[in-house]
Amino acid sequence: MNSIARAAAPPAGVRRLPLGQRLLPYLLSLPALLVCIGILVPFVTAVAYSLQRYRLSQPWAREWNWGENYLNFLTDASFWQTLEVSLVYAGLTVLIELLLGLGIALLLQRRSRINNLISILLLMPLMTAPALAALMWKLMTNVNFGVLSWLAALIGFEDFRWASSTTSALFTVVLVDVWVYTPFIMILLLAGLRSLPRQPFEAAELDGVPRWFVFRHITLPMLTPYIITAVLFRLLDSIQQFDIVYAMTQGGPGDTLTVFQVEAYLDFFQSTNVGRSAALLMILWLITYVLSTLFIKHWLKLRRRAAGETA
Amino acid sequence: MSKERDLVQAFLTGRMSRRSLIKRLGALGIGTAASGSLMALGTTRALAQDFDWKKHQGTGIKLLLNKHPYTDAMIANLEAFKQLTGMEVEYDVFPEDVYFDKVTAALSSGSSEYDAFMTGAYMTWTYGPAGWITDLNEWIQDPEKTAPNYDFEDMLPGLRASTAWDGVPGSELGGEGAKQWCIPWGFEANNLTYNRTMFDKLGAEPPKNMDELVALSARCSNELDGVYGIGVRGSRSWATIHPGFLSAYANFGEKDLNSDGGAMSAAMSTDGSKAFHQQWVKMIQDSGPRDWASYTWYQVGTDLGAGQSAMIYDADILGYFMNGGDNKEAGNLGYAPFAPNPEASAPTPNIWIWSLAMAQASEKKDAAWYFIQWASGIEHALFGAREMDFVNPVRQSVWDDEMFKDRIEKSYPGYVEQFTASAPGSQIYFTPQPLFFDLTTEWAASLQKMVANEVPVDEGLDQLAESIDRQLEEAGLG
Repeated sequence: MNSIARAAAPPAGVRRLPLGQRLLPYLLSLPALLVCIGILVPFVTAVAYSLQRYRLSQPWAREWNWGENYLNFLTDASFWQTLEVSLVYAGLTVLIELLLGLGIALLLQRRSRINNLISILLLMPLMTAPALAALMWKLMTNVNFGVLSWLAALIGFEDFRWASSTTSALFTVVLVDVWVYTPFIMILLLAGLRSLPRQPFEAAELDGVPRWFVFRHITLPMLTPYIITAVLFRLLDSIQQFDIVYAMTQGGPGDTLTVFQVEAYLDFFQSTNVGRSAALLMILWLITYVLSTLFIKHWLKLRRRAAGETA
Repeated sequence: MSKERDLVQAFLTGRMSRRSLIKRLGALGIGTAASGSLMALGTTRALAQDFDWKKHQGTGIKLLLNKHPYTDAMIANLEAFKQLTGMEVEYDVFPEDVYFDKVTAALSSGSSEYDAFMTGAYMTWTYGPAGWITDLNEWIQDPEKTAPNYDFEDMLPGLRASTAWDGVPGSELGGEGAKQWCIPWGFEANNLTYNRTMFDKLGAEPPKNMDELVALSARCSNELDGVYGIGVRGSRSWATIHPGFLSAYANFGEKDLNSDGGAMSAAMSTDGSKAFHQQWVKMIQDSGPRDWASYTWYQVGTDLGAGQSAMIYDADILGYFMNGGDNKEAGNLGYAPFAPNPEASAPTPNIWIWSLAMAQASEKKDAAWYFIQWASGIEHALFGAREMDFVNPVRQSVWDDEMFKDRIEKSYPGYVEQFTASAPGSQIYFTPQPLFFDLTTEWAASLQKMVANEVPVDEGLDQLAESIDRQLEEAGLG
């Protein structure tokens, strides 16, 4: 017996496992493999579509054009508008929601019956489907009979046109997004605040440290992993916004709110331009991938630092 | 039993309404359910002459339908079809917001789940070339498959032509070699519907041309409290362009695209087009709804029904439905044919046609055709028009039906006259081509920018034309 054969043979005294047991690890990992394939098949299909000239209404013209859909974006003003409005929308909503969510969480930090009740009530918008919330706000902002239009008129904005004006459309959809999703950030940060160790705060209180200093140098650094988690979730969701924007404006007026998902949806379902729609979604995927990678790396760094400090 | 038979015969020939029939059958001791069966039986007998309607007995088909009064009328009469053919019919009904997404998904997947479905004629410019639907000429022209009394020619010529296309971008609808992608089922012509009470208050008559429309709209906005003058659609969608806007645009002889021997180019940047756009934009700015940019057919209609607007330039059936039910202005609305161009001899309403099409992937095409020909046949059209809200009928014989005309003239004054005046010019005025939805949505977005004063009309149209030419070229159509 040569050395290779010896290595392959079971060592003397070790019993060869039955086939069923030898296959067990593979069988156990099979569901994960199937899920992985289930995720990858649509993704790879989308990549393939994005590299084709593919319009459902012109099946005879379908061909591989490789990077042409992407290259066309470079000279396509509507793509740059989409990119700009998506980033602005995501940035604005997350910033406002973070500030408001943090503020509310700080106010509700102390455990009491009333604070618990308020925190439950504040979660109500989050339980509303965003598309329904958008329709509700569409009624409230109707310029003829909407209650918010009436209130706006009372404070001097007689002709405020909300989502139907190019100047106020972004403000209106951001407002709806903030109404729906601020409770999400609030509840995450509230959970974070309530789980922070008490000792540093008690020590600071004993030493008479000013509240602003405590917030800036104790609360905020300790809360940062929670903030990063909340911002990451909201940023990824916000940059992929569809329901609120589409239900309220269909991307208009003009091209004011043609965010990625709305543009890709219209490209696919209305224009049946599968190639362009897929290329847009691949760029959106790339943006979300880069953003989430950056955030997760930062979050891991913070965790390592926290572990090092406490070790 | 002869009395009952005579009564059912009187109903079928249009001499008696459904309600009277049920009442008189009741007097003979026959209940409502039994009356329904008798009527279905009567219809079955009338239709079954000279044609084997039972050929597909036992076969089941499935339909994909949009939530609409046409669908309601069909479902109300479906028992008659089942009795006539012995076929089983299943259906899924979706609201319009998601309906066409569902159709696109079902057809593009190649699924054979649905055999027939509702569609608009514009959609067939995508579905036809993509090979998702069938040319129905094969069935219409086959006497073995189509009943002798089907009478396709009875359908209004503009509707038949508008649902037939040879698939060559830019070629004439209904021209030689055109494929009949779908069968017209019900249609909407775009004309004026106005509030008679408001017009009486102002001592105004329906406008006769574009200048009068703009002036009267402004007058309504200025002189009627809490009311705006004219309701037209404004959302960022192709659906903003196809109703009043394109009807008026076409009346001035303007076109969407130039089609020159196959190569197409944008036709919106002509002087005539610019002048028309200027006037339209000003009309909306001065007298349209303040949040016009979010207006779909729904807002246009409900504002009219609620007395928020003095008139609309939109689908006539929107005016029809707003004149009934529990709408605030029910009974107060009037209808007028409208030719905006003083030099035009007649209105040119661009039309929306709800139609029935057959899925190419269907495995029961012959059976599906039995359903389509029954649903678009004269008997069902008469039933829907007399008893339900199946308006506008696509068949001339239904418009000539005394019972239908009596009903409409009684509750909808001016509606029949409006139809008569505008029917000859009612057709699709867009150029058929596969980029229809892209280009028309962009047109709507440009219009929004012009109304918002974000871009001057001239400049906006030049930019639009440039963009459209580029897209046509990229798609190999320019």
